[in-house]
Amino acid sequence: MYNLLIGGAAGQGIETTAAILEKFLKRSGYAVFTIRDFMSRVRGGHNFSLIRFGTEPVYSHSSKIDGIIAMDDETIVQHKDQLNADGFILGDAKLTTEDPRLIKLDMDGMAKNLGNPRVSGIIAVGILLKMFGETLDGAEDVLRAFVKPQYIEINGKALQEGYQSAEKRYPHLDGTYGKWMLVSGNQAVALGAVAAGLRFYSAYPMSPSTTVMETLAALGDEVGLVVEQAEDEIAAINMAIGASYAGARAMTGTSGGGFSLMVEALGLSGVTEIPLVAIDVQRPGPATGLPTRTEQSDLRFVISASQGEFPRMVIALRNQKDAFYQTMRAFHLAEKYQIPVILLSDQYLSDASATVEPFDPNRIQVANPATAYDGEGEYLRYRYTENGISPRLIPGKTKRPVIIDSDEHDERGHITEAADVRVKMVDKRMKKIEGIKRDLLEPDFFGADDFDTLILGWGSTWGPIAEAVQLLNQEGKGRYAALVFGDIYPLPQKLFLEKAPKAKRLINVEQNATGQLAGLIREETGIACTSSILKYDGRQIAAEEIADRIRKEGLQ
Amino acid sequence: MSTESFCTYETAWCPGCGNFVILECLKTALEQLGKNPSDVLVAAGIGQAAKTPQYINTNAFCGLHGRSLPAAVAAKIANESLTVIVNTGDGDSYGEGGNHFIHNIRRNVDITHFAHDNQIYGLTKGQASPTSVLGLVTGVQTDGNFTEPLNPALVAIACGAGFVARGFTGHKEQLISLMKQAIEYKGYALLDILQPCISFNKTNTFGWYNQRVYDLEESYDFHDKTVAMTMALEFGDKIPLGILYREEKKTFHQKNEVLKQGTPLLDRKTEPDVLNRLIAAYI
Repeated sequence: MYNLLIGGAAGQGIETTAAILEKFLKRSGYAVFTIRDFMSRVRGGHNFSLIRFGTEPVYSHSSKIDGIIAMDDETIVQHKDQLNADGFILGDAKLTTEDPRLIKLDMDGMAKNLGNPRVSGIIAVGILLKMFGETLDGAEDVLRAFVKPQYIEINGKALQEGYQSAEKRYPHLDGTYGKWMLVSGNQAVALGAVAAGLRFYSAYPMSPSTTVMETLAALGDEVGLVVEQAEDEIAAINMAIGASYAGARAMTGTSGGGFSLMVEALGLSGVTEIPLVAIDVQRPGPATGLPTRTEQSDLRFVISASQGEFPRMVIALRNQKDAFYQTMRAFHLAEKYQIPVILLSDQYLSDASATVEPFDPNRIQVANPATAYDGEGEYLRYRYTENGISPRLIPGKTKRPVIIDSDEHDERGHITEAADVRVKMVDKRMKKIEGIKRDLLEPDFFGADDFDTLILGWGSTWGPIAEAVQLLNQEGKGRYAALVFGDIYPLPQKLFLEKAPKAKRLINVEQNATGQLAGLIREETGIACTSSILKYDGRQIAAEEIADRIRKEGLQ
Repeated sequence: MSTESFCTYETAWCPGCGNFVILECLKTALEQLGKNPSDVLVAAGIGQAAKTPQYINTNAFCGLHGRSLPAAVAAKIANESLTVIVNTGDGDSYGEGGNHFIHNIRRNVDITHFAHDNQIYGLTKGQASPTSVLGLVTGVQTDGNFTEPLNPALVAIACGAGFVARGFTGHKEQLISLMKQAIEYKGYALLDILQPCISFNKTNTFGWYNQRVYDLEESYDFHDKTVAMTMALEFGDKIPLGILYREEKKTFHQKNEVLKQGTPLLDRKTEPDVLNRLIAAYI
C-alpha cells in the first residue's frame, strides 16, 4: 500500500491534481482512499490531499507518507517528518528547501513551454504515474471528467511531458478495483437521494455540506429534480417540508450552524407527520467553529433538537457505501413512519473519496404515500391507528382536502386544545417508535470473537477503528473487537448488550470532547465505558493514532 | 354570496374582526373562479389571520410562525396544478417572515399572498407589528412605537414583485375583484388587505381606514413602476386602494429547466437508465 501527500496553498490546484491522480490509480485497479484537508480560505494557507492506494481495500487515511508532492516549501516543512525513510519528495525547481529525498523537476518551466502555467499540476500527475509504473491509457477519458473540452489537448500534452521526464521507481501492482466507483461521501449521499426518487432539495450553502447540493444541481436537469438555494436554512427546511407535503420527495442539508436554524421546523415535520430527510454534515462547533474541519459533536444535539416530543430517527453515515444505501433507506423510513430522519455525516467522510462496489439502487425499496383513503367516511389525515401511522394522501391527488397543522390537532387536522385529543395524538405519534425500533440495524462488529477489549464508535471513525482493531490484533497483546454504530437513534441495543458483558474494557473512540456516544449508551443501557479516546482538534483520528493511544494511555 | 362548496366553520375570531370579511371574500372569489376545493391549497403561518385555512374546506397547510411562504412556494414547485394562496397576518408576513417575503418576491413562484394587515399583533394580544403607526402605545411599546413602519407595497415593488395591490375589508366587492385578479396573476402576487383589529388596535379602526381610503382612478397606469412607488408611499391622510403595480414576468416554473418542461414535479420518475449512467460516471 502507498500513501501520497499533495500539498500547497489554496488556489494551486491541489484538489484537481489529486482528483485526476486518484482516478488514474483507481482505473488501473487500485483501491483508493483520499482525504482532503483544507483551510477556510480561497487563496494561500496550507492545504493537502492524502491519497492512499493498494491492492487490498483501503477504508481510512494514514499519516505515514511514502511520497510528498510539494507545490510549495511550506508543504515540505509541515510534512517531512511524516515521510518514510525511503520516501520521496517531488517538487518544482523553484523550491528552496534542501532535503536529500527531494526530486526537483522544472514543472513550472515545462508548463510555461506548453503555453499554460496552470498545467504544472498535471505534469506532476504524469511524473507520478511514471514513477509508479502506470501507463497513460485512457488519459483523455479521465481528463474529460475534470477539464473543459478546450483544455483537454494541452492537459494531455502536459501529462505526456511529465511522464517522459520521470523514471519508474515502484512496480505496478495488479488490483481488482478498476470497475469499482470512486466516490466521496457527499457524492454518495446525493446519488442515494436520487436513487430514492428525490425531486426537491433546498439548502443554504454551508461547508462541508455544500457539495451535496452542488452534486445534485449538476445532475438535476437530467434526472428531473429541482435544487433550490434558499435564503436561509429556516426557509430551506420549511421548503423541503412544503414540497414533501405536496408529494415531491424532499431533502435538505446543512452543517451544525444551519441545523441550529432548522430545529423548529424539525418539530413541524414531527407534529405534522410530513416525511423529511435532513443531513447534518458536521464540522467543529460551536457557532462558526472550524468551518472546513471535522468533528462528531452534533449527536446529542440532533437527537434532542426542537421543543416538544416526537419520533425521529438519526442515522450516522460510516463510509461512502453507507452514505448511498443509508440515504436511500432514510427516505424509505421517513415515508414509512412519516417522520424526520436525520443523517449525520462529517467533513472527513463528506470530502473523502473511496473505491466502492458500484451502487445497486434496487437493493432498497422506498415506500410511497397512500394513493387512496381506505377508511370510512371523511378523510382523516391523522386517524388513530394501531401502529400510529395514518394514511398520508397527497393534496390535489385526491378529492379529499388534506389538512395539516403545526398546532396540536384532531384526526381531521384541525386545531384543538382538548385534553383527551392531545393525549391520544401524542400517543399516536409516539407509537411509531415501536415500529422504528423493529427496523433498526445493529452496529457493525469486527475484530476478534474472543475479545477482551471492545471499542465503540459511530459514523466516520468506522474506517480508522476497523484498521486499528486489525493493527492491535496483529501485535498480539490483547484481543480487540469493535462495534461501530450507523443507526444511532433510537439506539440499537441488541448486539451491544450481547457483546458488552464479555469485554474487560469498553473504550469509546469519538471525535468530540465529551464522549457523546458513551453518554447515550449509558443513558439507554446503564453500561458505562471504562475509558475514552476523544479527539476534537478538527482532524480525523487515524488507525495508528487509535492504536498508539491505547498503548500509551495504558489502556492495554 | 354563496360560499357553500368551501363550507362554513366555527371560528376563534372576535365578533367584528376583519378576518370574517376576508374569509367570506376568499370563498366567493374561489367560487367565482370555479376552483375545486381539492385543487386549492390555503397556507398560513401562525396568528389570528393564519387560522384562515382552518375555516375553509380546501387543502390546508398551517405551518410555523413566519414560515408560510417557503412551504407554500415549495408546494407549488412540487405540484403546479395546485392553486396556492397564503393567508396570514402582517406580523407573520413582514416580521417573523420578513426575509422570506423579500426573497420569495425575487423567486416569483406563482402563488398568491393575502396579507391580513391590521397593523397590530392580535394573537399575542396587542403589541406593535412591522406596520404599526408611529406613536402607537401598547403593552410593550409603552412610550409609543418609535420604529418606522414598514410599507409592504413599496417593499414589494422595490423587490420586483409583478403584482402589488391593496384592499380594505370595508370595500368587499373590490376586495373580491382584487383577490380574483391576484389569484389569476401568473407569478407572486401580494394583496395587502387593510382590516381593523377591533380588540387591540384602537388607532387604526374601521372608521380610521374608511375616512382615508379611496379607489385608484381608472386612468391610473399600474405598469409605471416609478408612479407605482410614489403611489405606494401614499399612506396617511389618504390611502389608495386597488392594483398599485402590475407587470407580466416569467415565473419560477417558466424559468426552471425541469419545471418548464410541463410535467408536475411530483409526477416525474427517475429513469433507471439515467440513474445507471450517473453511477457509471463514477467508475
